[in-house]
Amino acid sequence: MIVTPLNRKLTRDLWNIKGLVIAIVLVMAAGIAIFVIMFGVLDSLRLTQSTYYDRYQFGDVFASLKRAPNSLESRIANIKGVSVSEVRVTFGVTLQMPSLDEPAVGKMISIPDGKEPRLNQLYLRSGRMVYPNETNAIVVDENFFNAHELVLGDKVMVVMNGRLRPLRVVGVALSPEYVYSVAPGAIMPDARRYAIMWTSRHQLEAAANMKGAFNDVSLKLNRGVCVADVKQSLDLLLEPYGGKNAYGRDEQLSNFFVDNELMQLESMGVIAPFVFLAVAAFLVNIVMSRQVAVQREQIGMLKAVGYSDKAIAFHFLQWVYILVFFASIIGLGLGSWMAMGMTKMYAEFFHFPILKYHFSVEVMIFAVASCSAAAMLGTLFSIRKAVNLPPAEAMRPESPEVFKRTLLEKMGFHRHLSFLSRIILRQIERRPLRVLLSITGMALALAILIFSYFMEDSMSYLMDVQYDLIQREDVNIAFAEPQSKTVLESVKAIPGVMAVEPMRTVPVRLTSGHINKNVAITALQSGSDLRRVINQQLRAEVLPDQGMVINERLAGLLNVNIGDALQVHLLEGSQTTLSIPVVALTKEYIGMGGYMELHVLSQLLDQPPKLNGALIRLDDNHSARVFQEIKRHPEIIGMNITSVLRQIFMDIMAENILKMVSINILFASLISFGVIYNTARIALSERGRELASLRVLGLTRKEVSYLLFGELGLVTLLAIPLGIYLGFLMIDAMAVSLDSELYRIPTYVSNQTLGLSTVIMLVCSLLSFYLVWYQVEKIDLVSAQKGVE
Amino acid sequence: MDNCFEIKDLRKVYFSGENEINALRSVNLNIPSGEVVVLLGASGSGKSTFLNIIGGIDQPSSGHVLFKGKDLSIISASDLTLFRRKNIGFVFQSYNLVPSLTAIENVALVTEICDHPMEPIKALEAIGLTERANHFPSQLSGGEQQRVAIARAIAKRPEVLLCDEPTGALDSETGSIVLQALLDVNIEFNTTCIIITHNASIADLAHRVIHFVDGQVSRVEVNARRKTPEQINW
Ligand SMILES: Nc1ncnc2c1ncn2[C@@H]1O[C@H](COP(=O)(O)OP(=O)(O)OP(=O)(O)O)[C@@H](O)[C@H]1O
Ligand SMILES: [Mg+2]
Repeated sequence: MIVTPLNRKLTRDLWNIKGLVIAIVLVMAAGIAIFVIMFGVLDSLRLTQSTYYDRYQFGDVFASLKRAPNSLESRIANIKGVSVSEVRVTFGVTLQMPSLDEPAVGKMISIPDGKEPRLNQLYLRSGRMVYPNETNAIVVDENFFNAHELVLGDKVMVVMNGRLRPLRVVGVALSPEYVYSVAPGAIMPDARRYAIMWTSRHQLEAAANMKGAFNDVSLKLNRGVCVADVKQSLDLLLEPYGGKNAYGRDEQLSNFFVDNELMQLESMGVIAPFVFLAVAAFLVNIVMSRQVAVQREQIGMLKAVGYSDKAIAFHFLQWVYILVFFASIIGLGLGSWMAMGMTKMYAEFFHFPILKYHFSVEVMIFAVASCSAAAMLGTLFSIRKAVNLPPAEAMRPESPEVFKRTLLEKMGFHRHLSFLSRIILRQIERRPLRVLLSITGMALALAILIFSYFMEDSMSYLMDVQYDLIQREDVNIAFAEPQSKTVLESVKAIPGVMAVEPMRTVPVRLTSGHINKNVAITALQSGSDLRRVINQQLRAEVLPDQGMVINERLAGLLNVNIGDALQVHLLEGSQTTLSIPVVALTKEYIGMGGYMELHVLSQLLDQPPKLNGALIRLDDNHSARVFQEIKRHPEIIGMNITSVLRQIFMDIMAENILKMVSINILFASLISFGVIYNTARIALSERGRELASLRVLGLTRKEVSYLLFGELGLVTLLAIPLGIYLGFLMIDAMAVSLDSELYRIPTYVSNQTLGLSTVIMLVCSLLSFYLVWYQVEKIDLVSAQKGVE
Repeated sequence: MDNCFEIKDLRKVYFSGENEINALRSVNLNIPSGEVVVLLGASGSGKSTFLNIIGGIDQPSSGHVLFKGKDLSIISASDLTLFRRKNIGFVFQSYNLVPSLTAIENVALVTEICDHPMEPIKALEAIGLTERANHFPSQLSGGEQQRVAIARAIAKRPEVLLCDEPTGALDSETGSIVLQALLDVNIEFNTTCIIITHNASIADLAHRVIHFVDGQVSRVEVNARRKTPEQINW
């Protein structure tokens, strides 16, 4: 850059307002950084996920069945569109872990003897694979391995076919199929209580009574093949062998979870940066337009001595370039650095064995460009205003101050106001647009604070509704086979069990029109207290003695309302299809399903009332003994402890969403401070000369400060309600975009969040005011009179 | 002698609220090239308005300003900028220095964009401010700021110098330095100098004195004999 006088002016002007410059640069950098972080993390995780899946041959279509002879395998491989197929034996077991009172559940999966699996390959973290024909050796999933702090060579006690067998851990592995291991019937992954174990095919065939047969199929499809067609062909082939519904990746539990988590991150991650960037852009726009306005006289002079409009515009645009340049360096640098850290953290959270970074240049350009565009617009707009004036007029201080009696004064309100207060009111009424801009800026700062804090509120509200109002049992257990009601008596007899209620869950496919949805129907006894169905007002509903109650979100998906009938296809037992009316809707934030009264369901199933689960309330002092007892019952294949579920959910949230949230909070605070400090500083630079004159006339510093901060204070107060309103708007927008089948976000904002956000905003204000007040003290009365800023 | 400016029926009306202020009511005037012209008149008589319009930094409400035969009121805004850049040196009533630039840099601000400027330091030398070259406006007295403004105006060796009360803030000694500098420029480069002043004795330096009364030219005097700056009585 050639050092022309204008360039010198540029650097000195920037240096003079360095506080302001730093504030703007930080705000812009924050806007850019959060953009780069969120998109960097999301893009990197997506890339990591897909690379992982590709490299380890994650299947496209999966199915399980009762038992089919190996001879069927070639027919499966010949299904049109299938490129690789693999059949396996899987076997559900329970495990007795010394560190757990209750039994853990496990799934044993066969791996081909002496060769790599063709699909769903394992990433061996440590140890080795199982040798062909090696007995009682397993490779376990790393999540489980770590959760129990196992070491290679440890023996794990596994109940197989009612017999306890010690299996030796020879290796630890990760599988694309079990990024998340979710036990059957559970809604959340629980690494401590669900083990995935791989062993040789030969071994497992023997243990599971599956000689020469298989019960699990995975397929990889050729590119571009229709998944639905393949699923249909596979179902057709497997049907005679007890084949359940084939499913694609979208319904594969682990992948479903990973996708869901990524989607959550995406919606969180996409809205926040846009909001932040918009706020930053808005701010830069205001600041630049005011900076230009302040320099109006100088612009007039430059024009008068022969500088062209273009040269003047370019001069001020250079400000923007410099601000954007520094903001970009900081924003992109900080953003990429934090994005890499966060990607790594998430990759560990998901147990991806590989890590791929992806920063899209488009995202970076977009972030930088939108900041620059906003800044340039603000600048050019004000420059245009300044250069359109004849220089003689521009050089005159912007003075024909047309003060009018304000509305309040016309209403006779002024009698109650001091002279200074009247000046404040007139100033506000004279420039309503400018005041509105200041209010909006501050309100946005408050809004993004509320928006950032609300996530935690929402999560704990969701937990409260789920675990205090709906799922009130201490423990629920699942039986391998449906039991008659008498089993409840024996459960109740266990010392420490205070209450027991029956539960029956049935997997079904609901159909309405051409929309299908696979969900579970939960049947409860009428008047069930341990599990309740709540309505939209969060009050418990008695299950009706006909029809079913479905989740309101599900009703929306299926496009049905109260009174409509649903086609319910049972996915077990008789596999029949029934038409059942929807009689009520229930509100649930987690999961999605339907409820029926136990007897109503039994009638439909044409059975005497049976149950496959029970809800239990425990005496806290005896829970360990109850768990021990339950462990000894082989017919009990699953157990969920509510407090553990709650903890897991909280942990996942804390690990996942709340980390994003804390980044948001960090940047939101930064931006709020930037916005407010800028507003105050600009007010000072606009008023500087006027305030100095008043000081010369004999007003005290206190009185002069009152003039400045009275207006700012009023702006701040007005910004609070608007900020809360804008915060709610943002929250609503996010709740809609975060809505998923796994859970929905209650738009609940606690008073604490409102209070805390407001306090942070006020603290930012006070701090800014203090910094500005410090500048008021320094107003040099003499030079202010000379017209030097 | 050809005219530098020909002004025909020049009017300027300001509207402030409901009031109309006729700052200039039909000014007709010729200003020959190379002369030193002094504008005299009571406060509010329209001198600054007149100067601003002929210098191309304000728009007349009606009428024409011809600079060397070229009608300024019909040329484009960018041509007007070029006209100012090439031909006009301004000394504003309120100095209008850039506060973030030193004295010499304020001068360079203008020499930067002209064709055959003086060296900025030479311009400062001419008004006796070399030792203040690296001071910022806030470190200069009003008179010194005014002299920097004059240095800035003469540094581009303009065709015309327009000075709005250039000596208003100065004592007699610096006042005469400044006036001498203006006269030197007039002689050396044949620059037309138009100077507004409240000090009637300065009029004795001029070739021509134009009296403004209430937005109109009441009288034009041509001095048969001019005094030198040292001779005038402050
Ligand atoms: N921007 C403006 N808006 C309204 N009226 C104006 C404006 N500028 C000048 N005037 C009015 O126009 C008239 C002429 O003003 P001008 O500045 O030309 O006077 P002047 O002769 O230079 O006075 P002084 O010697 O005090 O500088 C005055 O009555 C003044 O009030
Ligand atoms: Mg004047």
